[in-house]
Amino acid sequence: MEIVACPECDLLLRLPEPPVGGKARCPRCGDTLATNPADPLDRPLALVLAAAIVYVVANVTDLMGLSVVGRRASTTIVGGVIEMWQQGETITALIVAFCAVVAPGAYILLMLLVLLAARRPPAGPWVGELLRWAEVMQPWSMGEVMILGILVALIKIAELATVDPGIGMFAVGALVVPFTSITVTFDPREIWRRIAHGRP
Amino acid sequence: MTATLLTAARAGLVSCETCNLLVRPLDAAEPGYCPRCSGALEWRRPRSIENTWALVIAAAICYVPANVLPVLTTTALGSVDSDTIMGGVMLLYRTGSWPLALIVLVASVMVPLGKLVALTYLLLAVQRGWAGTDRERTRLYRMVEFIGRWSMLDVFVDTFTVALVQLQPLMSVKPGPGVLFFAAVVVLTMLAANAFDPRLIWDAGTRRGTHHG
Repeated sequence: MEIVACPECDLLLRLPEPPVGGKARCPRCGDTLATNPADPLDRPLALVLAAAIVYVVANVTDLMGLSVVGRRASTTIVGGVIEMWQQGETITALIVAFCAVVAPGAYILLMLLVLLAARRPPAGPWVGELLRWAEVMQPWSMGEVMILGILVALIKIAELATVDPGIGMFAVGALVVPFTSITVTFDPREIWRRIAHGRP
Repeated sequence: MTATLLTAARAGLVSCETCNLLVRPLDAAEPGYCPRCSGALEWRRPRSIENTWALVIAAAICYVPANVLPVLTTTALGSVDSDTIMGGVMLLYRTGSWPLALIVLVASVMVPLGKLVALTYLLLAVQRGWAGTDRERTRLYRMVEFIGRWSMLDVFVDTFTVALVQLQPLMSVKPGPGVLFFAAVVVLTMLAANAFDPRLIWDAGTRRGTHHG
């Protein structure tokens, strides 16, 4: 039993440890207060490693190619950012770069460091700092929005010319799986418990 | 019933926004930093109402050019064609992919507008102490937080269309000035949702309860 305040309504309550695989909700506002995944360190670590590999593939291979009367063009994620930049849309290019490349990459890297460091408690306070940054990056990492955007672009362009999906497009789609699974299998409380702190 | 429920703030405790540790600050006016994660401790998100209003108003201003100005300009075989967000939706609809047209319509037109309306409602409800169920309002806030990112859809569509269709002089697509405003709406509304503190909904509810009780 731990006494906590609900982050969404500030209700003070005794938090029972949820059963493995279960969750505890706030009785007043219904917010999920705690989860208790079966394996809160190893499983997310495996998923983060998988995400890292797929992320690299998604970023170095072509998303799709286009051919019109013998001419061919193709693009990558970074290629899209560069083209927008060169067309004068520099701020939009930066926003796309952040949501499509920087935030997902930073999230993977930060989670990797946090999960590795937490394996040998007590973890230093810097681990908490990294976890906080990972949580800042998470809403801006928009892999699943990007794959839908790529599909819509593909269908729109298919009206004008022959388009063929590239490996990168499948990789962006595949990236959605580990990304959503990380949040389900990971329990930040497990990390905070392992972080040493001075004053109680 | 609300009178018997104790919040952390009433008990003189601050809950860390980062790691959820309960801390009894030495100085209530200056709660300082969390001893566990060293994040700044705040009773409520600082200047939550003012910051949320500022971001909502900025987003509402950008919403107009985002929908009026073209997002894409297509040059194909000598003819030039400019498309706004709505134009893109109509194009998808005309070419027979109405499910996609619907997705883009919802993500690009309805979601941003819905977010602005929902945040304005939440701000006014908290400030004016409007009657209503706090649980429903919290659910509305969570929805705003959850769907916010999906509006970025059109920005990705435009970026990859521009990136791929560069076959000068045959056919090329350029981004229009609307894209920047549209991306700004998405970013500003996401920041606005983040600036709003859902605990204020419940604080207002408690104030309402004591007024009537």
